[in-house]
Amino acid sequence: MTTTHEVHTATPLRKGSTTETPAERLERVSAAAYRIRHHALNMGEVQGQGYVGQALGAADMMAVVYADQLRFRPEDPHWEARDRFLLSTGHYAIGHYAALAEAGTIPVSELETYGSDDSRLPMSGMSTYTPGMEISGGSLGHGLPIAIGMALGLRYQGSGARVYNFLSDGELDEGSTWEAAMGGHHHQLGNLTAMVDINALQADGKTDTVLRTEPVTEKWEAFGWYTQRVNGNDVGALLAAFDNAAAQAAAVGAPSVILCDTKVGRGVPLLEEREKAHFMRIEEHEWQTCREQLTAGFERKAVR
Amino acid sequence: MSAVAAPKLKTSAMIASFADPGQKTAPAPFGHALVKAAQENDKIVGLTADLGKYTDMHIFAQAFPERFFQMGMAEQLLFGAAAGLAETGLVPFASTYSVFAARRAYDFLCLDAAEPNLNVNIVGGLPGLTTGYGPSHQATEDMAIFRGMPNLTIVDPCDSTDIEQAVPQLAASEGPTYLRLLRGNVPTVLDEYGYTFELGKAKVLRGGNDVVFVSSGLMTMRALQAAKALAEHNVDVAVVHTPTIKPFDAATVLAEINTDRLAVTLENHSVTGGLFETVASAVVTAGIGRRVVPVALPDAFLDAGALPTLHDRYGLTVQKIVAKVLSELK
Repeated sequence: MTTTHEVHTATPLRKGSTTETPAERLERVSAAAYRIRHHALNMGEVQGQGYVGQALGAADMMAVVYADQLRFRPEDPHWEARDRFLLSTGHYAIGHYAALAEAGTIPVSELETYGSDDSRLPMSGMSTYTPGMEISGGSLGHGLPIAIGMALGLRYQGSGARVYNFLSDGELDEGSTWEAAMGGHHHQLGNLTAMVDINALQADGKTDTVLRTEPVTEKWEAFGWYTQRVNGNDVGALLAAFDNAAAQAAAVGAPSVILCDTKVGRGVPLLEEREKAHFMRIEEHEWQTCREQLTAGFERKAVR
Repeated sequence: MSAVAAPKLKTSAMIASFADPGQKTAPAPFGHALVKAAQENDKIVGLTADLGKYTDMHIFAQAFPERFFQMGMAEQLLFGAAAGLAETGLVPFASTYSVFAARRAYDFLCLDAAEPNLNVNIVGGLPGLTTGYGPSHQATEDMAIFRGMPNLTIVDPCDSTDIEQAVPQLAASEGPTYLRLLRGNVPTVLDEYGYTFELGKAKVLRGGNDVVFVSSGLMTMRALQAAKALAEHNVDVAVVHTPTIKPFDAATVLAEINTDRLAVTLENHSVTGGLFETVASAVVTAGIGRRVVPVALPDAFLDAGALPTLHDRYGLTVQKIVAKVLSELK
């Protein structure tokens, strides 16, 4: 076994054609984000409530990962050479399921079973239930420690695969996240990328009233990570940040983190303006309005 | 006033030896066994949380530096990362002290390793009362904590023989395991009994007509010594060694308990939630109306001090076992 194997650093257009222009790429990924949001609204309606706000806020991050960056085979979720995407925020599963449906790993028709008895799509994401779900999240602060082990294990076995960990700003409260941040730097896991959804909201309220995590950028930089901070609802900015991370990815090198400032409920003005809540309540008659607002916003943007 | 007070014993090093003077021992049996297993299985890797030298993991680290990962004094990272390594198909052995594995990293072991049933092997030093450093280092309730974790196999070895034979079996078994590590110069005891370690099996080490000891861990060594001492009192004692605490070999143990002999459990662990309660629940479940007498540590935070003093104070010495049995037989 070797540790000198190179991780894949290029960003081949895995979904688009090789002749795709940057504008076409942006359009393709934005359309994926739009569909992911639609899936999330439909799942939220089935449940009558839920983590729709988070799913909408993180949809652009999910779209960039699944429609552009991640190497995977939807028909073979255990393909050995796949990149690993670890969702440690289990309650974001609604957004992840939407992305897995968009990616073709699970059928779109299955999404309506979300959170129902005997479904493969439980409210909180678990690896033992869902194809394409690498770990069981939910107990926060677990994703990055597991990602460290996966990145070490893949590198040791000479794999060029990369590891992505999706975590939330609330998870930065957990000490284990920072144990892992030190571990990633100490072991120079250049095949590891963390993505932090900074929506500034936690279960008990705004992050800066629960446990102040800022200055977040300086913290990650101080821990030795290649750190970028972007508008997490700007697909173009996200693509550029992920391209940068991919360009400096290496078997041995600094791990990278992309800090993504997002807006809860993004894409649906009705929800963007609603008082922010971790577990958002939406009235029965409002779902159709949400979908119409989402579509109107997407079409307006597409016309521009 | 007494004429001359005996000098007080000293606590000595953190890891005090429990080997008797002149007893046959083997150096670092876990470390050497892991190296041997790793020579045959290239998936085996080792990790520790700044306690490599104190868990005999340093032997493996020296033999396979590229397969050893130092995670620093960060136990949540240690076991989360061990699960991540297992997710990529490797077979990690991750060592720290039992107190830190059981108390500090439980959530990570439970959800990251046990729920997905990964082959993560936890190696816990200083189980029960094997240090005089007090409750911060004495894992007197580790089995009680771990027994509640689904999928987890728990092994409480007696000696170097047990450890040497257990390591490859732990690596070969599916799912997570917890080994109550004995490290340093570990007594070699069971080689005299025609014994082999089999994961999940209890073994009758000697027969006896009056009393049956059911023991695990280093208390099997004491049980065998106490059986010899009791023979001098014309008490005939059988000893059943049950190194696998979970899953428990109830069939073998119940067959031995379901007789007219006095049944005694012996463990280097709190009387709460360890071997005694494992046996008791098996006895009750089977509907066997037998009394079982525990030799175990009290449900209390234990004193600091010298190990011989503490083993005597809490009833783990051969002398105390003999006295307890004789009083039960009166």
